[in-house]
Amino acid sequence: MADQREPTVIVDDAHVVYRVHQAGTAGTGSPLASFKRIVTGTKPATLREVHAIKGVSFVAYKGEAIGLIGTNGSGKSTLLRAIAGLLPVEKGAIYAAGQPSLLGVNAALMNDLPGERNVVLGCLAMGMSPAQVKSQVKEIIDFSGINERGDFSSLPMRTYSSGMAARLRFSIAAAKKHDVLLIDEALATGDAKFRKRSEQRVRDLRAEAGTVFLVSHSEQSIRDTCERCIWLESGLIRADGPTEEVLKQYESFVKK
Amino acid sequence: MTQTAVADSDTGLPLRELARRHGLTAAGKLPSLPAYSRQLWSYRYFIASYANAKVTSALGKTRLGMLWQVLTPLINAAVYYVIFGLVLSTARGVDNFVPYLCTGVFIFQFTQSVVQAGVQAISGNLGLIRALHFPRASLPLAITMVEVRNMFASMAVLMIIVLGFGEPLTFEWLLVVPIFLLQSVFNAGLAMAAARLGSKVADIKQLVPFIMRIWLYGSAVLYPVTKFSSNEHLQAHKWALYVVEANPLLVFIDLMRHALMEEVPLAASPMVLWLEAIGWALVVGLGGYVYFWRGEKGYGRG
Ligand SMILES: Nc1ncnc2c1ncn2[C@@H]1O[C@H](COP(=O)(O)OP(=O)(O)O)[C@@H](O)[C@H]1O
Ligand SMILES: [Mg+2]
Repeated sequence: MADQREPTVIVDDAHVVYRVHQAGTAGTGSPLASFKRIVTGTKPATLREVHAIKGVSFVAYKGEAIGLIGTNGSGKSTLLRAIAGLLPVEKGAIYAAGQPSLLGVNAALMNDLPGERNVVLGCLAMGMSPAQVKSQVKEIIDFSGINERGDFSSLPMRTYSSGMAARLRFSIAAAKKHDVLLIDEALATGDAKFRKRSEQRVRDLRAEAGTVFLVSHSEQSIRDTCERCIWLESGLIRADGPTEEVLKQYESFVKK
Repeated sequence: MTQTAVADSDTGLPLRELARRHGLTAAGKLPSLPAYSRQLWSYRYFIASYANAKVTSALGKTRLGMLWQVLTPLINAAVYYVIFGLVLSTARGVDNFVPYLCTGVFIFQFTQSVVQAGVQAISGNLGLIRALHFPRASLPLAITMVEVRNMFASMAVLMIIVLGFGEPLTFEWLLVVPIFLLQSVFNAGLAMAAARLGSKVADIKQLVPFIMRIWLYGSAVLYPVTKFSSNEHLQAHKWALYVVEANPLLVFIDLMRHALMEEVPLAASPMVLWLEAIGWALVVGLGGYVYFWRGEKGYGRG
């Protein structure tokens, strides 16, 4: 078994379904109506199901960086959330080594709080000890570069530009060593300088023997960091293989 | 788990077998209760700092800020005093009605705010839940901590009111601490149960005000507790009286009144009340925790 590659993520025929409660139509929002639904156990008419991942299977190995591409709404973010164990699978199974960490564009930290406190909160939520957090805060803020134009780390996060917020979030997540790191368009909003820095960081993380998944709409980003690529369309895998080949197929699909 | 025909290209093994061989764990597998508790314990700093953050961001938006923690129960007590003490005169049978009423209102408010916030602990934080990995019980527990903190301010106000209306300061006041602890454990369990219910059935949130209103009327907050035992219907059905008087909030309120005031009518002897309070705290605290833990892996679904 020594010559074999070691799998870190195994996705086995996974299905993910979102359930959405829509704002009620007339008559369904009253207390009496909700009481009736609870007692009788019927599903409200306003409940809609979105089948976002429809049976996906693949194996990812140690030391791999895998690009995930597909048009908007094809299920990339959903798949990453399921791998991270943040969304339950409806059917099938997902296995992972250790605890995968997801780094997303809309990872909601607390917008009313200053960046600094968000760093502390985020680090604690990743399971760091207060002592570790204390020693890391400055480094994280420096890496994010949000203080390059004045003291922004003490301002509430809602005053940040979307790029600044994304940089801060990336910096928080990158402060920890991950067995499996899932990056969802987190690098896209940063400027060129930050992107270079963060791509270097992704390569470092990979070198530390983890596996990295990268969702990006920048083909250059994917070419630079990933040698393998999975193309997802409408919740199904269209192609899975070397980046160049998959990107070629994807391009001809998009141009059509 | 479903059997699939998919196999690894390297080894030809079924994926499930491959995962087992390499010791990979299924995402979304429920940890054992002791493992979960240990995990939760290691997240205590996160819980505390999340609770802090919640207070800061909630009060930061109001002009009076921290003052609301004291004003809310005060205004409540004043409203109820005017209606029930002056207009309807439910005070008969209690010598010192204002402290009696205020104790009831403040203690009830503690549980009420925990339930109201607890119902939204999961459903109001889906963004956080879908982004970060932490034991989800951190959220209802942090909410309970926020309310415990608010309660410190309320208790200080309550004690001033009680003293101001002529009750003496006695050693029995020390009992406030264990009562407060028991009620906090009870509330934490309630918050976790409410959080899971609220995450599954969005409609619960709409029902909470009604449930709490009924609970308020049934807990002898606004009238003397002796109304129950002097009620003819309840006297005719002893079991019904037991049920009414076993109400956990009534128990906590009665105990607190007993601790803070000299001459107060109680639903039962203090010994019985203490046993009931301990029982409720254990059953609801542990029950709520176990119930919440069993839903741990589904909270991201929304
Ligand atoms: N929170 C949600 N609730 C309901 N449906 C969702 C939610 N998030 C995504 N979806 C749906 O799931 C599908 C896949 O979305 P997503 O994974 O975000 O796509 P991508 O990241 O590839 O653009 C889409 O059809 C989208 O509408
Ligand atoms: Mg997406």
